[in-house]
Amino acid sequence: MNAIKKKSINYLVLGFFILTLSSFGAINAFSNDSTAHAAEIHATDSVSPAHSEEVHAPAAEHTEKEGIDAGKLIMEHIGDAHDWHMATIGHTHVTLPLPIIIKDAAGFHIFSSSKFHHGHDAYNGYKLEHGKIVAVNEDGSINESASFFDLSITKNVAAMLISVFVLIWMMLSVASSYKKGKGAAPKGFANLIEMGILFIRDEVAKPSIGPKYMKFMPYLLTIFFFIFLNNLFGLVPFFPGGANVTGNIAVTLVLALFTFVITSINGNKSYWGHIFMPPGVPKALWILLVPIEIIGMLNKPIVLMIRLFANITAGHIIMLGFFSLIFIFGAMSEGLGLGVSVMSVAFTTFMNFLELLVAFLQAYVFTLLSALYFGSAVEEHAHHDEHH
Amino acid sequence: MELVKPGLGLIVWMTITFLIVLFILSKFAWKPILAAIKEREDSINNALNSAEDARKQMDALKADNEKLLNQARAERELMLKEAGEMKDNIIAQAKRSADEEGRKIITKANEAIESAKLNAMNELKTQVAVLSVDLAEKVLRKKMEDRSQQEAFVNENLKSITLN
Repeated sequence: MNAIKKKSINYLVLGFFILTLSSFGAINAFSNDSTAHAAEIHATDSVSPAHSEEVHAPAAEHTEKEGIDAGKLIMEHIGDAHDWHMATIGHTHVTLPLPIIIKDAAGFHIFSSSKFHHGHDAYNGYKLEHGKIVAVNEDGSINESASFFDLSITKNVAAMLISVFVLIWMMLSVASSYKKGKGAAPKGFANLIEMGILFIRDEVAKPSIGPKYMKFMPYLLTIFFFIFLNNLFGLVPFFPGGANVTGNIAVTLVLALFTFVITSINGNKSYWGHIFMPPGVPKALWILLVPIEIIGMLNKPIVLMIRLFANITAGHIIMLGFFSLIFIFGAMSEGLGLGVSVMSVAFTTFMNFLELLVAFLQAYVFTLLSALYFGSAVEEHAHHDEHH
Repeated sequence: MELVKPGLGLIVWMTITFLIVLFILSKFAWKPILAAIKEREDSINNALNSAEDARKQMDALKADNEKLLNQARAERELMLKEAGEMKDNIIAQAKRSADEEGRKIITKANEAIESAKLNAMNELKTQVAVLSVDLAEKVLRKKMEDRSQQEAFVNENLKSITLN
């Protein structure tokens, strides 16, 4: 009993630790003097060649003080990158170079992103241009015609891999605890996870899908915990969090595609019948209705994709916006920046709590909508005419 | 806009990773966890059902017991009543038979007394007769002691006898 209590307290403390750290992380960033702020901003700007020379020159800081591009800063934070910028201490960037994998006509090229030197150098015929890999000619000019695939392990891929390892480790340890205590009540962490599992099963899968829910449970549980965990990781402002995985449209696209493919594979006669042969309407109207139904069918995954992407990205943008306010005002006057920082930290803390809710809510909504789509795909329409 | 353009690399890695995660979690996490939860729920349901059954059986047993008890009570009541009646009957009968017996005894006694009285009377009659005959004999003997008297008596009697 005591051990359980202790364990649950540990989790609580861990949660608060992460929360407070996320707000303290913000405070720490602002408590430095304004020159350090400037350096921070430059660091994120460093990928752009126009500013790159100034970044490493100490004298440039003062000239840059006014030129804070909050939009650019935010976009770079929520976007993808080929290296993982963790912190800037003085003028040293603490970054984790990530592997670059390029497939072109000559085959695969695999090398570290540190070879690019933050966009300063070309390597192997490629160069970082505004954070994107471009092919360059011998003389350094950009080769627009070259075709290649950039399959690099980017920041988002790396963050996703970390979260996935955590997810698998978590769930396997929970599964093993079930094997150990067969038939016993779950304790500690397994209890917490079981709450989520039962929530998905009883509140999402059963009412949305009906009697065939068991078939979709593994997928629903996987997307729920995958999205939820990545949302939470996104809220942690430093390594291994901070990446905007579930706020990346490629990630949500793949998730939505999975839902779409599973829905289509499991679609029964009546599901497809409703799309290609809408019942209860004259055949002449099919010309009109079938395209609408097809658009509706394709619309579902698109909406799923955009909802998750927009919600998570918006949260990140709002929080980063509050931070940027400090720098913008700090650039005007140091005192104003400090004053604004109080308000910013308060708002960001509030937003963090809100984002915790959103992290759960969006995972839930994605899972619920997927379940509803599966439900419509496997539903048996015994009473056709009553519906129309 | 860069933000809404999905990167090919990320799509590829996401697809691969997600498939692997889906596979591993489905096989090694969700399956055993869901099975364990189901098993536990079933066992809890069974336990609840059997408890309910036991409660119902208990209630039935209790009702049975109550019925039996009531029956026993009614039977006891009946038996007591019957026993009372029987007692009254026996007493009445005993009284009746005692009366009758008494009456019979009295009658018998009366009869015995009557017959004893008769016997005594008869004996007395015989005794009186014997005594009177004896006495008469003695009287006669005394009277007929001399011969003359005897001849006078016979003569007298002979005279009264008419010979035909």
